[in-house]
Amino acid sequence: MPSLSELAQRRKPEHADDEPLVVVEGLTIRFPVGRAGFWGGQKRFVHAVDDVSFHIHRGETLGLVGESGSGKTTTGRAVLRRIDATAGRIWFKGNDITHVTGEHLRSLRRDMQLVFQDPYASLNPRMKILDLVAEPLVVHGIVRHPKDASDRVAELLQLVGLPKDAMDRYPHAFSGGQRQRVGIARALALEPEFIVADEPVSALDVSIRAQVVNLLQDLQDHLGLTYLFIAHDLSVVRHISHRIAVMYAGKLVEVADCDEIYEDPKHPYTRALLSAVPIPDPELQRDRHRQILSGEMPNPVSPPTGCRFHTRCPIAEDRCRTEQPPLEEKAPDHVAACWLT
Amino acid sequence: MSDDLRPASDHLLEVDHLDVRFFTRRGEAHAVRGISFTIDRGETLGLVGESGSGKSVTSLAILGLIQLPGKITGGDVRWKGRSMLGPVGEKYAHKIRGKEMSVVFQDPMTSLNPLFTIGTQIGEVPRHHLGMNKKQARERTVELLDLVGISNPQQRVDQYPHEFSGGMRQRMLIAMALACEPEMVIADEPTTALDVTIQAQILELLADLQQRLGVAVLLISHDLGVVAQVCHRIAVMYAGKIVETGPAEGVFSHPGHPYAAGLLRSTPRLDVRQARLVGIDGAPPDLINPPTGCPFHPRCELADQRCRDEMPPIDSYDGGREVACWHAFAERVGAEAEA
Amino acid sequence: MDTDKRGTEITQREEAVQAEQAEELLRGRPYEVLRALRGALRELWGDKAGLFGLLVVLGIVFVAVFAPLLAPHDPAQQDLSKSLLPPFWYGRGSLTYALGTDSLGRDVLSRIIYGTRISMFVAVAVVAVAGVVGTVLGLISGYRGGRTDSIIMGIVDTQIAFPGLLLALIILAVINPSANTVIIVLAINGWMVYARMTRGVVLSVRQTPYVEAAEMVGCKPKRVIFRHILPNLTSPLLTLGVLEFARIILAEAALSFLGLGIQPPQVSWGLMVAQGRDYVFSAWWLVTFPGLAISFTVLGVNLLASWLRVAADPQEREKRFAASISGTAGSVA
Repeated sequence: MPSLSELAQRRKPEHADDEPLVVVEGLTIRFPVGRAGFWGGQKRFVHAVDDVSFHIHRGETLGLVGESGSGKTTTGRAVLRRIDATAGRIWFKGNDITHVTGEHLRSLRRDMQLVFQDPYASLNPRMKILDLVAEPLVVHGIVRHPKDASDRVAELLQLVGLPKDAMDRYPHAFSGGQRQRVGIARALALEPEFIVADEPVSALDVSIRAQVVNLLQDLQDHLGLTYLFIAHDLSVVRHISHRIAVMYAGKLVEVADCDEIYEDPKHPYTRALLSAVPIPDPELQRDRHRQILSGEMPNPVSPPTGCRFHTRCPIAEDRCRTEQPPLEEKAPDHVAACWLT
Repeated sequence: MSDDLRPASDHLLEVDHLDVRFFTRRGEAHAVRGISFTIDRGETLGLVGESGSGKSVTSLAILGLIQLPGKITGGDVRWKGRSMLGPVGEKYAHKIRGKEMSVVFQDPMTSLNPLFTIGTQIGEVPRHHLGMNKKQARERTVELLDLVGISNPQQRVDQYPHEFSGGMRQRMLIAMALACEPEMVIADEPTTALDVTIQAQILELLADLQQRLGVAVLLISHDLGVVAQVCHRIAVMYAGKIVETGPAEGVFSHPGHPYAAGLLRSTPRLDVRQARLVGIDGAPPDLINPPTGCPFHPRCELADQRCRDEMPPIDSYDGGREVACWHAFAERVGAEAEA
Repeated sequence: MDTDKRGTEITQREEAVQAEQAEELLRGRPYEVLRALRGALRELWGDKAGLFGLLVVLGIVFVAVFAPLLAPHDPAQQDLSKSLLPPFWYGRGSLTYALGTDSLGRDVLSRIIYGTRISMFVAVAVVAVAGVVGTVLGLISGYRGGRTDSIIMGIVDTQIAFPGLLLALIILAVINPSANTVIIVLAINGWMVYARMTRGVVLSVRQTPYVEAAEMVGCKPKRVIFRHILPNLTSPLLTLGVLEFARIILAEAALSFLGLGIQPPQVSWGLMVAQGRDYVFSAWWLVTFPGLAISFTVLGVNLLASWLRVAADPQEREKRFAASISGTAGSVA
């Protein structure tokens, strides 16, 4: 088994203009509403994700930002093939993985992993840390028994900043931040190339978030990992993302380089999202011009016609109500779906 | 209360050396360790802390909602000068809860009964406390829904909770809390379960209501940004103790306690460019075996032997500031807050 | 100052915790099991009702196993000269036939002791069969979902709606009643609770992130079920099994009373009650003692199940613990 540092050496490639590691094209996911009864015949669908396309290069972090109901979590799960796509294609390392199942899917798990949102519920409370982190190795036949992998587990724990003797304890002995590190160690066990981090710090205290985000950043630098970092607000993704994609009601509304999104947001929703993040400075916060959106996210079962954001958009016009705007380039490497910018 | 011969206190709410413990099989967790603070009429106090700080337990204690394995083991909670603890106090508390003092809880999805219309649920409050009949209660409810920004209140009053989204339900809970024109509202993490854009709406609403109605607010949150918008004063809690109190502007611009400073630094700001996210090393302490001396010392850069041995007392400073730290307002503390 | 004393207290406690952890590591698994057992015994001692229940159950099991050694007479031996003797505290009675005899001169005490065997045998067999079948079906139903789930739950709902006694009567009208048929009938009547409960637990556990994590990591369904889902079933299944045990004992007694269960020359408490029915006023001991045996056993098993339910739920245990000691800790100001 090669050590992680050897692997890091191997992986320090010249990327950038290579073929992207992950490509998603026209991804659409709809769920039928109501119980899948014995007789079938349900006609209503939840339009969770609608025609979403993006790509992620090796070694890059794409921040996928959206509120609840935006479809970001569903997109993440679909890329990992936990959910089936209703339409569209997904490529990983140049291979079309949209419809893989069975053993082929299982072997894919070695290359793409998931870091969960809830550190308290994502570790089986009855298993020791050693068993938890070694499970991927056992399941894929790399070792017979968790005990055989204890060296490797020790290495992984060290990598995420936990002491070696944590192996013999149970999850309840650790704090939220520490448990999240265990989750990251588990995700790294199989040396994946791509990790989907699903709101990895939302459930953690503010003062602990930095630890975990910085850890992920360091791991990316050392191991050449590629991330899809899902978050619900723009404040957390800024430091770790190279590019950011904003989703609303199942559609992508803006994609651009990280700094661009913060300095020159083109879509009214992105602007509202930025404006909604509270600033911990009473004077600034009170004097600030805040774009407070009225209303709520539309019903995913019957989304509005035209641009899905028009019901809450401060600058919506007639065209917005009838025609859906496509993602167009508004500036170099900066696309947005809006008729008015 | 006609037989109350004691002079009314200046303060609306007084928490006096409150002590709350949880008795678990692993040991005794000292969740709130002798804290004191006051809230005056029309004032908004923000109680800030992370997990294990004791802020939620404090609000539960004020509301009389502490149940086994927890217990109030010391101190007092007074409303308008009268105690709310003990057998006599609890009777008094029962009268004022919901009427003079009300609460908005964190999770709007589970705080409303799905079997009753919102008209029934909100109307229950004035019917019980103010003796209104059904018609009067309904009128009042429509008034309240309008106050909190629900459109078409006449029709919506007969709808069920599941027909509304999270943000609207939270507005309804705020409406319920305001039904009897309380003098104080306790809002326990009112926006934590909501999306950022909805959070902004609710905070606007709270600030607006506070101005219009002059109601005092105890806002409990882990998010300094949320507190900055609505609060006049803030109190920062750590490991069951209040480590810093003061006017919001003062504490935010020049924190005296290293933990408050660290918390400010960890709150990401979109208006300031940061090279790397900053946090506080270490983890919150185990309340069953808390550290000796100052509970923050294992994570504090300024900690010395004195910090390890002795718990610092709360000292008062200019401008209504109180800090419990041996190194309060030390250079490094203040300077890095600007970074 | 106060902090100094607390300081030493805390370091002592810290040391104790560390020492315990070190010991844990050294001894590994067996130490944990022993400690859990010791903990369980301590809690049992705190709950006298539960302790009583456990003793009753242990007592019943003991009697069933050692029946031949304990019974003073052969339960089937008839002696018409000793017919309808009263219990020993009566003038006519004697210690040889401590609880009296029935109309055929058979010793009531011995019959009760041997009756324990049948009751135990039937109850254990039914819980085993119904439990296994129900749990497996519930597992499949919960894990597969969809159509499989609908079908299995449909069968469960249909069978629950069907009156159990009627089913028993129909079956027993066709087959000759005996201990084995009783087991079959009661098992057919009893598997649904296990299926429903198992399915419920599986459905809720499946949603938890750690099960999703196991699947993400590449675990095959078999491993997910056995390693991650099944451990959550042990305590609810145990409690359910014990409760069902009590119910089966009653059910068997009822069937035997009706003549559809155990047949002579085998002995069952229910059968004894049936046989003593005509003598309720003249020879009250024929009905009373087997009735007491039934009540006593069912009570004991239920008390044990009640204790198990609380012991298996960590939250309930915390509450109990807090209630027990908060009297001595500080009081409200």
